[in-house]
Amino acid sequence: MQKEAVLEMRGICKYFPGVRALQDVDFTLREGEIHALMGENGAGKSTLIKVLTGVYPKDGGEVHIKGVKGAAVIRSPQDAQNAGISTVYQEITLCPNLTVAENMYIGRTKGAGANWKAMNSGAAKILESLGIPASPKQQLDSCSIAVQQMVAIARAVDMECKVLILDEPTSSLDEQEVQKLFVLMRDLRAKGVGIIFVTHFLEQVYEVCDRITVLRDGQLVGEYVIEDLPRVQLVSKMLGKELDDMADIKSEVGGGTVSLNGVPVLEAEGLCSSAGIKPFDFSIHRGEVNGFTGLLGSGRSECVRAIFGADHVTSGRVKVDGKDVKIKKPLDAMKQGIGYLPEDRKGDGIVGDLSVRENIILALQVMKGFFRPFSRAQAEAFADEYIKLLEIKTASADTPIKSLSGGNQQKCILARWLLTDPKYLILDEPTRGIDIGTKIEIQKLVLKLAAEGKSVTFISSEIDEMLRTCSRLIVMRDRKAVGELRDADLTQAKIMATIAGGDEE
Amino acid sequence: MTTPVKEPKTKVKRSDESLLRRLTRHQLFIPLAALALLVLFNLIADPSFFAVTVKENSLGNPVLSGNIISVLDNASELVILAIGMTLVTASSGGQDISVGAAMAIAGSVILRMVCGGQVTADTMQMPLILAILIGIVVSMIFGAFNGALVAYFKIQPMVATLILFTAGRSIAAWINNNQLPIINDLAFKYAGTFLPGIPVPTPIFITVLVIVLFFLALKFSNLGLYTQSVGINANSSRLNGLDPKLIKLMTYVILGVCVAVAGFIRVSRSGSINYSRIAENIEMDAILAVALGGNALSGGKFNIYGSILGAYVIQFLTTTLYKYEVPSTALPAYKAVVVILLVVLSAPVVQEKLASIRKAPAKAAKEVS
Repeated sequence: MQKEAVLEMRGICKYFPGVRALQDVDFTLREGEIHALMGENGAGKSTLIKVLTGVYPKDGGEVHIKGVKGAAVIRSPQDAQNAGISTVYQEITLCPNLTVAENMYIGRTKGAGANWKAMNSGAAKILESLGIPASPKQQLDSCSIAVQQMVAIARAVDMECKVLILDEPTSSLDEQEVQKLFVLMRDLRAKGVGIIFVTHFLEQVYEVCDRITVLRDGQLVGEYVIEDLPRVQLVSKMLGKELDDMADIKSEVGGGTVSLNGVPVLEAEGLCSSAGIKPFDFSIHRGEVNGFTGLLGSGRSECVRAIFGADHVTSGRVKVDGKDVKIKKPLDAMKQGIGYLPEDRKGDGIVGDLSVRENIILALQVMKGFFRPFSRAQAEAFADEYIKLLEIKTASADTPIKSLSGGNQQKCILARWLLTDPKYLILDEPTRGIDIGTKIEIQKLVLKLAAEGKSVTFISSEIDEMLRTCSRLIVMRDRKAVGELRDADLTQAKIMATIAGGDEE
Repeated sequence: MTTPVKEPKTKVKRSDESLLRRLTRHQLFIPLAALALLVLFNLIADPSFFAVTVKENSLGNPVLSGNIISVLDNASELVILAIGMTLVTASSGGQDISVGAAMAIAGSVILRMVCGGQVTADTMQMPLILAILIGIVVSMIFGAFNGALVAYFKIQPMVATLILFTAGRSIAAWINNNQLPIINDLAFKYAGTFLPGIPVPTPIFITVLVIVLFFLALKFSNLGLYTQSVGINANSSRLNGLDPKLIKLMTYVILGVCVAVAGFIRVSRSGSINYSRIAENIEMDAILAVALGGNALSGGKFNIYGSILGAYVIQFLTTTLYKYEVPSTALPAYKAVVVILLVVLSAPVVQEKLASIRKAPAKAAKEVS
């Protein structure tokens, strides 16, 4: 049964300086369906949504909306709303200090005055029809996050939208709240609304969605009916690896043979942090390279942040070299000889306005102490040494780090940690967004460090890279460690199957 | 072989250009240019502005007198505040608007200590150094209060310090039971006027001492690196083992020390205090000094010497306006005009425009050749 399409996007293109963010992407949304938009980070999901809602102008292609003749012109979010496209973002964009009814009608009352009575009764009617447990006169922030999310949806629905975009609506909800949201989504589907659902949670996709469109590197991979696309295939489509050519790839350089006997360099038991991961166990030995893998948002970064003390650790025991230690803040970890290269280079890594030199010496300087600054000559010697060693391309050591390219910035952060001579180095997505040459250099460096007897935890979205460097992988799904793979199990097929979970059982 | 002759020529030209550009791009260019302009104006209008004479003061001691001495002397409190304000700005990306009120508190505490609770005292009731130390400690506590609101409660600096801005002068009055204590001990006024036998105003020495202390602190500790790092990217700083909250708090406490020293200088100029008028509006001048020094008020990288220079420029301007008998009520308006000029000129948008204008003739010249 083919339902009528409410939204058709054809040949959408979008370029950013130096990047083709979207290339000839088609997307079709039918009446009364929940359609998942899937893809790894940088695949173009949010760009497509932003083009559709008028946040970005498109560089090519056409958008057709049911009831609008010809190609729809959407130049601003206001246009999108008028065309019947409503968006509910991950972060709630309502006013917490207004009432539920006010939030539903804000910006929509024509003329000077507001008819409070009509507003409240109107809101009550919608809330009731959608089964949202909130009263119109209640202040919004007295509702739970899930209800606030639903109010945002109710607002969108009341604007008579034909297309509802839900951008990661479940990431701040707990299991029960997610279920409530799903009930509401199914209700809306029954009423004929087309819903675009963007999420990283595979389970949720298979629970509510009818169709899946997969994007990768700004291109359309395909549109699938949910029954036709098992999880493993979805993961392989998102990551861009066909199941067929997975079997033969096995690390050429190899993590080497590392003895997993003896006292681990670091051992964690039931570690759990405020970032919302399930408690996990972890250990790493001298000269070992291991890694966390899983889709984005699966909790890989949160795990290593807990090890480094970057997030508030709520429970668990950590041993370094067999001795119990307390790691409450990054400095504690640094004193134990742990280094951490964060995932978000710009937000957590570089100190943009400071020079390359200052960025390189920062961690070692902090460990040395407030009243013992390095002399200028010493700092210069350190910086020059690592600029040469890692071949950092910079005009001088005095150049602000923010004016370097991404790859060179990343090398500076690497230099920062290598300078502290750590025995255990955590690298979270060290190769993201940097050129292929630097990627390979970093991978080689990781293996070299391991050969020198250091331990490294390596996280990457690219499974190839993980296979090339790691000898052991911990697989994460939905914020939980779901498996550990080593030796013969270290194949793409096995990794993907473990990431996808679900339908192997 | 014509090319080798040509090459060095263009090279020299290029480095010349870059020298000029580097000069105008330098952080201290604007305050230095402003200072030069003020000096030039006074030189042309009336060179006697710069005359320094020896006069007898009220005690019959020969002391230096003149506009330049007055600029250096009167700028003291502002310079000391600007130093502390620079650190606070760098670490927290905001400003402390309570420094004037906090100076009233520090001054009031010191006066109460030396007067021993009396309304008028002819001799100091407590060793001066002890009174100053108590003033500094009280001021540090208020600094810590501001800093805690900013760092731990994440309140915007201007809002957080608005509390003390509003309450400070009442607290100052309350410390002395709403009375106006007067100390007639000459020794108390040494710091605000002259030391016996020395013809240079004491505040100048105190200011130089404070500047030297900060120079040493920046050289022999990581004060500069840590505050800038925290101000630029608190997340990164934390992941490198720093405690951004503690460092923010620390800068507010340091500003507290500066406030106490400035407050002490101010009360020792007259030996008395007027709670509502003492150091009135000085917070705005201190913030302005930071901005004039080419420091971003949004925090991050700073140049403390820029702020010091900025403070002197402001005082130079004030003294110049006084000399031309601009009524004190009209003074702020004149100041505002100059400030608008300076701030707009140093705005990145304008700087970029200026750079492109400068580039255009150079390009044209190149095309001709």
